[in-house]
Amino acid sequence: MSEVKNMSPDVPTFWLPDAAPQGHPAAPVRRRILIGKPGLDGHDRGAKYVAQILRDAGHEVIYTGIRRTPEQIVAAAVQEDVDAIGLSLLSGSHNALFARVLELLRAQDAEDIAVFGGGVIPDDDVERLLALGVQAVFTPGTSAAEIVSRIEQVLSTR
Amino acid sequence: MLKADSITDAAARWEAETVAPVLAKAPERANLVTASNVPIERLYTPSEAEAGDYAEKLGFPGQYPFTRGVQPTMYRGRLWTMRQYAGFATADESNRRYRFLLEQGSTGLSVAFDLPTQIGYDSDDPEACGEVGRVGVAIDSLADMEALFDGIPLDKVSTSMTINATSAILLAMYVAVGEKQGVPAAKLTGTLQNDILKEYIARGTYRFPPRPSLRLTSDIFAYCTRHLPKFNTISISGYHIREAGSTAAQEVGFTLADAVCYVETALRAGLAVDDFAPRLAFFFAAHTDLFEEAAKFRAARRLYARIMRERFGAQDPRSWMLRFHTQTGGVTLTAQQPENNVVRVALQALAAVLGGTQSLHTNGKDEALALPTEAAAQLALRTQQIIACESGAASTIDPLGGSYYVEQLTDRIEREAEAYIRAIDERGGMVAAIEQGYPQREIEHSAYAFNREIDEGRRQVVGVNCFTGDAPADVPLFRVDEAATARQVERVRALRASRDDAAVRNSLSEIAAVARAGDNLLPSILTAVKAYATVGEICRVLAGEFGEYCEAFHSA
Repeated sequence: MSEVKNMSPDVPTFWLPDAAPQGHPAAPVRRRILIGKPGLDGHDRGAKYVAQILRDAGHEVIYTGIRRTPEQIVAAAVQEDVDAIGLSLLSGSHNALFARVLELLRAQDAEDIAVFGGGVIPDDDVERLLALGVQAVFTPGTSAAEIVSRIEQVLSTR
Repeated sequence: MLKADSITDAAARWEAETVAPVLAKAPERANLVTASNVPIERLYTPSEAEAGDYAEKLGFPGQYPFTRGVQPTMYRGRLWTMRQYAGFATADESNRRYRFLLEQGSTGLSVAFDLPTQIGYDSDDPEACGEVGRVGVAIDSLADMEALFDGIPLDKVSTSMTINATSAILLAMYVAVGEKQGVPAAKLTGTLQNDILKEYIARGTYRFPPRPSLRLTSDIFAYCTRHLPKFNTISISGYHIREAGSTAAQEVGFTLADAVCYVETALRAGLAVDDFAPRLAFFFAAHTDLFEEAAKFRAARRLYARIMRERFGAQDPRSWMLRFHTQTGGVTLTAQQPENNVVRVALQALAAVLGGTQSLHTNGKDEALALPTEAAAQLALRTQQIIACESGAASTIDPLGGSYYVEQLTDRIEREAEAYIRAIDERGGMVAAIEQGYPQREIEHSAYAFNREIDEGRRQVVGVNCFTGDAPADVPLFRVDEAATARQVERVRALRASRDDAAVRNSLSEIAAVARAGDNLLPSILTAVKAYATVGEICRVLAGEFGEYCEAFHSA
């Protein structure tokens, strides 16, 4: 499942999901999406799964690996010219770290990159993150189909 | 191979030679009868028709190969340790939760540290931004550790600490707190997780590269063998491997392959197997498939006993025993219909007890949403107590032993796990296998397949992809007090301003010198900790000598 792509000196390698199975329908519009894990949380089963299902749906996906700083994630997103960033966090530090990613994108004039979030995130915080500019937050139990269609829908309006 | 009549003889010998001495010291609990008042035997053995290779594959509790349990009387003597993993915010807040859990009948403590403490950053380090006190308690220095155990006598309570990359430092702090309470190190009981290999495989709280990290592991083994003989020096963990998505057989296979690596490392460091192996402990997950999980624990015990005796030539029976802690599977909890999680946790806890666990943590029903509230943690503990007091599962030893289904599952898991250990040996051992990304990739594949099955409805999860549609439950959630982070940052800064700087500096230079010389690091870390050097400062010195590990991805 893990191909390698050597990239920036700040983010040495990316994890690339397996190629989509043969005969899988191509996405309506092929997007470039970066999945990032900011902070110190090491739980990346969800991040890898989302990377894989987006790839299965026909998009180009790269995953940063765990324990990246918001700075590394934004640098990689800009360098890779992605359409969207998906941030995954299960440690409860989402309020601070998602806000930091949005702030860095603004500072780099890269607000055209849509930001999505996922993880163990209480409802109150979901509201807060949406108000900050996160496009959608996917909490535990959200199906793959829902995640893919929501991301495609948001990107189609931008 | 024993015939049924010789099983009867063997059972009589087991009663006389293995059980009787234990009963003389530790009598069994009273009133071991069914709900209908039928007396329950200690152990049920096969009839003539089922005899087969009973002695070789199953044997007797407390005897090689320990398939049926590591103690001669198991829960008829003493129940498992009910140990609830807890910790959040600052030492003062966590201390209150521990006292609550002990008052409620918990019989051991299990400390959850926050991620900065686990990785070795102080609370005011930029790397710790947002993470202080989130998934566990923030410990920066001995002052925090003193507050954490305030009013909890360390000679009365056993403490498990989920700490890996920084385990030597937290162990030193625990020893120092014991000294201050007047409890000598030799009397301390508990368990250090100290399993760095699974951090690279599945959990992610590494700091240094694998090889110097393994040196720290051996240093701890050697130090504890001499100074903390009652402390479990490591808890070799399949739990996080399973949480990351492995199968049951992969959980056993990769965990025992990690154990092989630790034993080989300690042997290379000059330790004798029977000096350290009796203090090795294990930690597994319990998922909801009751029979597969019970079989998994039995298979792990049998396979480990064989590895220790045949591969490493251990002579002491305690070196052959796989003693383990279990936690119910966090990943199985659902955010939808969270009340259902109470039932999942009960089945999982029952699987652990049927599998012969030595201690158990039961998850709160709300943990797919946040850390557990006090009420959820209490209900989780009550779940264990109901299994212990009412279910009858603790009244005889290995009640599933002899079930055709469970015995075949046990054989199968053992076979598959052994194949994984062989595959890792062929790759040059676990460190090389990790560097090649082998266990990580195997786990990714299993996780993907499992999640796909749920998404496509081929695997049913109640409330998630079937029997949905209940009105959303209004679950009160636990929130870590945001102000606690700020208090902890102030606290570590105030500490740095008040301590003897020269003593700290000297102790840190000494750690660097010992790291370079290759001697045991524990004494110098203990000195530094007593001078109130922080976790972050000690780790910075060690990282300067050892380097920092960064995950790299490998092509298949």
